[in-house]
Amino acid sequence: MLLGQRTWLFHNQPVIIATGTVGGPFEAQGNLKNDFDILHDDMWLKQKSFEKAQQLMLEEACQIALKKGQVQKEQINFLLSGDLINQITPTTFAAKTLEIPYFGLFNACAITTESLALSAFIINANGADYILSGTASHNAATERQFRYPTEYGGQKPPTAQWTVTGAGCGLIAKEGIGPVVTSATIGKVVDKGMTDPFNMGGAMAPAAVDTIIAHLKERNVDPSYYDLIITGDLGQIGREISLDLLQKKGINIHEEQYVDCGLTIYKKEQPVHSGASGTASSAVATYGHFVKLLNKGELNRILVVATGALHSPLSVQQKDSIPCIAHAVSIEMGSDSS
Amino acid sequence: MIFFWAFVVGGLICVIGQIMFDVFKLTPAHTLTIFVIAGAVLDGLGLYEPLIDFAGAGATVPITSFGNSLVHGAMAEAEKHGLIGVITGIFEVTSAGISAAIIFGVIGALIFKSKG
Repeated sequence: MLLGQRTWLFHNQPVIIATGTVGGPFEAQGNLKNDFDILHDDMWLKQKSFEKAQQLMLEEACQIALKKGQVQKEQINFLLSGDLINQITPTTFAAKTLEIPYFGLFNACAITTESLALSAFIINANGADYILSGTASHNAATERQFRYPTEYGGQKPPTAQWTVTGAGCGLIAKEGIGPVVTSATIGKVVDKGMTDPFNMGGAMAPAAVDTIIAHLKERNVDPSYYDLIITGDLGQIGREISLDLLQKKGINIHEEQYVDCGLTIYKKEQPVHSGASGTASSAVATYGHFVKLLNKGELNRILVVATGALHSPLSVQQKDSIPCIAHAVSIEMGSDSS
Repeated sequence: MIFFWAFVVGGLICVIGQIMFDVFKLTPAHTLTIFVIAGAVLDGLGLYEPLIDFAGAGATVPITSFGNSLVHGAMAEAEKHGLIGVITGIFEVTSAGISAAIIFGVIGALIFKSKG
């Protein structure tokens, strides 16, 4: 059901029955190491390229979710996924291997919630029984795509972030046991004219704020309705800016209630500058960590707001600003939630 | 004393590069190109050689010295062979650096995965 201009309420309770998460060696040293299903000790995953390694991580995450959900590949109606690499080829090759009908999505690091919102919508409308929703990113592949090849050794300022090497995938079903996807608010492209690709948290913060405010208003709930409001990869700088903006707009979000996946994944002493980023940032933290906490009963209601910077290397070279987006999806436990 | 001035001058050139990165938000490629051109221009004005005499490796190690060498080679050859010397002389002094980059690049690519 549509609420307001851009919020969907899912009455038929699409449920996340299983998840799969994969991480790389740097993630294995981080805060969430116990939340990953597979941790690789090699950035290459024995593949010929970093892009192939990324593809393999997505395949693994999907396979794990299928196994945990005890669902056969043939029962999956759709795979909704995308990534950060040119024309999302790693995801497409993974979709080829998985042989699941495929929607290729691009909303940069907001793909996690873009795909989850669409998956929930399709299932809610009886358009599918099972959907795999998720995404993967790879640190070195993304560095090459957006910045410089790693051996070039280009300096990064403290505002820069560290792309997560990993994949996170949720198996969304019409029926089953697990946290329920209850609503989603679709973001607008917000562009405040920032041009520094080394400060994406700052660029994305207004997009997150816009979507959070729209969600609370259209769903008519107070921030306190959620145990946690979880942004995707705003990092230290983006989190502070967005919290400031929210408070200026009169939205009373407590600091401890407002967490960022990009600040959850790594330990403080890991040299990630402003925090984690990449499509896998929100994917591994949501499907690996927060969904687990929901299942354990430690959390009841969360709002995941994955944020994406939608620039391309070309648009940056042509001195364009960085257009940003954020999509919000609420995940709740218990069948009485609506 | 030459060590001290090498440290100071080399360090100051690096400070300028860091300011280009941090304040003017230039890319590494822009910064590198500007330094090469600056070295070339300074040598054209006859200022880079005195700097090398003063600061030694502080002036020869930074990439500005590459621009200096380009102009130096061109000028030297031009004196001997006229206008055509400008063309042949550009890589006269710098050939060691360029050849080294190619040779060590090949060795590196043979030993390591060059697909980063």
